[in-house]
Amino acid sequence: MMARSAHGTYSSRFRAHHFETAEQQYAASKLGMWLFLVTEVLFFGGLFVAYAVFRTLHPEVFVNSAELLDTRLGALNTVVLLFSSLTMAWAVRCSQLGQQRGLVICLTLTILAAVLFLGIKGIEYSHKWHEGYLWTSRYSASDVSSAFDRAGTFFSIYFAMTGLHAIHILVGIAAIGWVLRRSLRGDFGPNYFTPVDNVGLYWHLVDLVWIFLFPLLYLIG
Amino acid sequence: MSITTEPRPLPSLTTPHRGERQSQSYLTSERGILSWVYTLDHKRIGVMYLVGILTSFLVGGVMALLVRTELLTPGRTIMDADTYNHMFTLHGAIMTFLFIIPSIPAALGNFVLPLMVGAKDVAFPRMNLASLYLWIFGAVFLVAAMALNGLDTGWTFYTPYSTTTNSSVISATLGVFILGFSSIFTGINFIATVHTMRPKGMTWFRMPLFLWSLYATAIIQVLATPVLGITLMLLIAERVAGIGIFDPALGGDPVLYQHFFWFYSHPAVYIMILPAMGIISELISTFSRTRIFGYRFLCYSSIAIALLGFLVWGHHMFTSESAMAAVIFSALTFSVSIPSGIKIFNWLATLYKGSITLTTPMCFAISFIVLFALGGLTGLFLGALATDVHLHDTYFVVAHFHYVMMGGTLMAFIGGLFYWWPKMFGRMYNEFWGRMSCLGIFIGFNWTFFPQFLLGTKGMPRRYYNYQPEFQGLHVVSTTGAFILGVGLVICAAVLVHSLFRGRKAPANPWGVATMEWQTSSPPPVHNFEQSPKVTDPYDLSDFVLCEESGNYDRPSAGKKQKKPGEITA
Repeated sequence: MMARSAHGTYSSRFRAHHFETAEQQYAASKLGMWLFLVTEVLFFGGLFVAYAVFRTLHPEVFVNSAELLDTRLGALNTVVLLFSSLTMAWAVRCSQLGQQRGLVICLTLTILAAVLFLGIKGIEYSHKWHEGYLWTSRYSASDVSSAFDRAGTFFSIYFAMTGLHAIHILVGIAAIGWVLRRSLRGDFGPNYFTPVDNVGLYWHLVDLVWIFLFPLLYLIG
Repeated sequence: MSITTEPRPLPSLTTPHRGERQSQSYLTSERGILSWVYTLDHKRIGVMYLVGILTSFLVGGVMALLVRTELLTPGRTIMDADTYNHMFTLHGAIMTFLFIIPSIPAALGNFVLPLMVGAKDVAFPRMNLASLYLWIFGAVFLVAAMALNGLDTGWTFYTPYSTTTNSSVISATLGVFILGFSSIFTGINFIATVHTMRPKGMTWFRMPLFLWSLYATAIIQVLATPVLGITLMLLIAERVAGIGIFDPALGGDPVLYQHFFWFYSHPAVYIMILPAMGIISELISTFSRTRIFGYRFLCYSSIAIALLGFLVWGHHMFTSESAMAAVIFSALTFSVSIPSGIKIFNWLATLYKGSITLTTPMCFAISFIVLFALGGLTGLFLGALATDVHLHDTYFVVAHFHYVMMGGTLMAFIGGLFYWWPKMFGRMYNEFWGRMSCLGIFIGFNWTFFPQFLLGTKGMPRRYYNYQPEFQGLHVVSTTGAFILGVGLVICAAVLVHSLFRGRKAPANPWGVATMEWQTSSPPPVHNFEQSPKVTDPYDLSDFVLCEESGNYDRPSAGKKQKKPGEITA
């Protein structure tokens, strides 16, 4: 009964006692992960609504303020994250095929790309900090023209969205690190790869959020 | 009607797991405080949730009595105005976030849901325990607000007051944020369990209605709670850093806060009432000894309420949004009354020509129908734009939501608690005093809150410390009722506590119910079932026979049929 699903037989080592079969456990974990991703989408969704509301109210502020962001660094970060999504997807495939070395390499590359993303983000943040392009109550840039009256609102939303996204990158690094540790122990193979799969799903969502953030924040000028 | 089901293969159920003795109940299998702290057993987690939730109810209830006492006279009675503001805020916040939202799903649902699907546990037991600890953690933050500078914003944390007051808004909102995670974890667990762990033969439309209602509730928990999470994060950022999203002094939009807040908090009232409706469906069918009327309509109406509940949040802002938006939200608000009405009529049709026994749970169920109908009907006055202008923010609103939340959810919660009490703790309680407690609560409740409808129509605004002398008569009546209500609840608690020590031992199936949790011993063993439970029609109550000696309901005919595996007569 266990052997017939698309996911093959599972080693019973990781089957929790309250599941009848490993397939049932896999289906439950997968569904649970997708539900968690739904909550993540709605969590970010609140910020996207705030973005839509304030951009509708003050379109000119958004268009002008977006000019102050560094599009090249944003684009570079987009490439870095897309690359990390590729290595993550590759890692899932390696675990399914039992390719130990490939799995470890792909997970390591993913973590490195995530760190690189945060580094580039850090450069952007420190630049904004020095120039005073900050959220409403701290906004202190000297080149405020009349159209920039409310640029602080844009930067409030910019920092809220990219900041929350950066926190998710940090959590992702921790999660991938955990999977990497387990894969060094040889936990994963064709019979059991649920954690790699689920962490991969999470990582793709974090990537996807950035795919929306990049054009909405950087490319509206 | 004859249906065939395959008994589910559950080989590992009958073999002892890691040397645990199968015959021992989950309460006594392991001893010591650590066996509770580290437990992954959904039954123990449910019991711990129950203890925490009832404690919060006690705290919130004492605050309610203090608030009512203060309102005996205009001006100062027992506390100053600031203390009064803190008191009603914490009463609301504790009752909403610590008591009503987790009450039925996290305490009763946790205990019952896996038993109802004949499983050994929920899909993610560790996450279940994490949800309990997050609840405790969140409660600490929320109550810490009381110890620090108090909280005087009202439970809704409306901006701009919440961004400018000196009270401990950050601690309280962090607490609510954490409680939200706890609620999401419960929701994810329930959806995954219902989807992947139902036994063979239990199709969607052969699920007990309590499962349907918990499932619909879980959908709301998963979809709505994150929005509250981000709202509270932004509120905290507003207070800490001044981001100017909600604070009008910085160019923010306070009505946006209200939209965000109610996008969660209106669906949240369906988190509170839907599981209650599920309990009522079980109770009404069981104690009328008839098949539930309109099963499919009850299933669909739960889902309809869950989905429509997302479209009505704007009725909290009739006075601050555009006229067009108000008209649309008003129409959508009325649409929710359709599935709610379907439920009421189905329950009444189930009662019709049933052989009704007025056990304690049934008394609470009937009280629920009366009070929920009154609460629901008065909601229509508030959903109608013209009357809402007059009734908005008056005691009419207070009375309305107490009828729905307390008269509805609390009645169902206590009814469900009495119903599953024998299963949870293996003890029967005193029926006479159980019924008396219901009577006391029912009388006290109406005594407290009916006068508030009158106060509201006369124009008494909610949350006020002081009032015109003409309102005093009704305030005195309401406060008197609150104490009667308190006495009723104390009797209720006494009956339950007494049963733990002096109660008759409960049989496996004291009510003659066909759902699966009654197929195992009371209280159940650690892994829930000694033998694989039989999947039967959950509302076929026809061939139960009461054994006078043990008080247990048996199914002699089903037992005979059991020799021929695979066939169960319905």
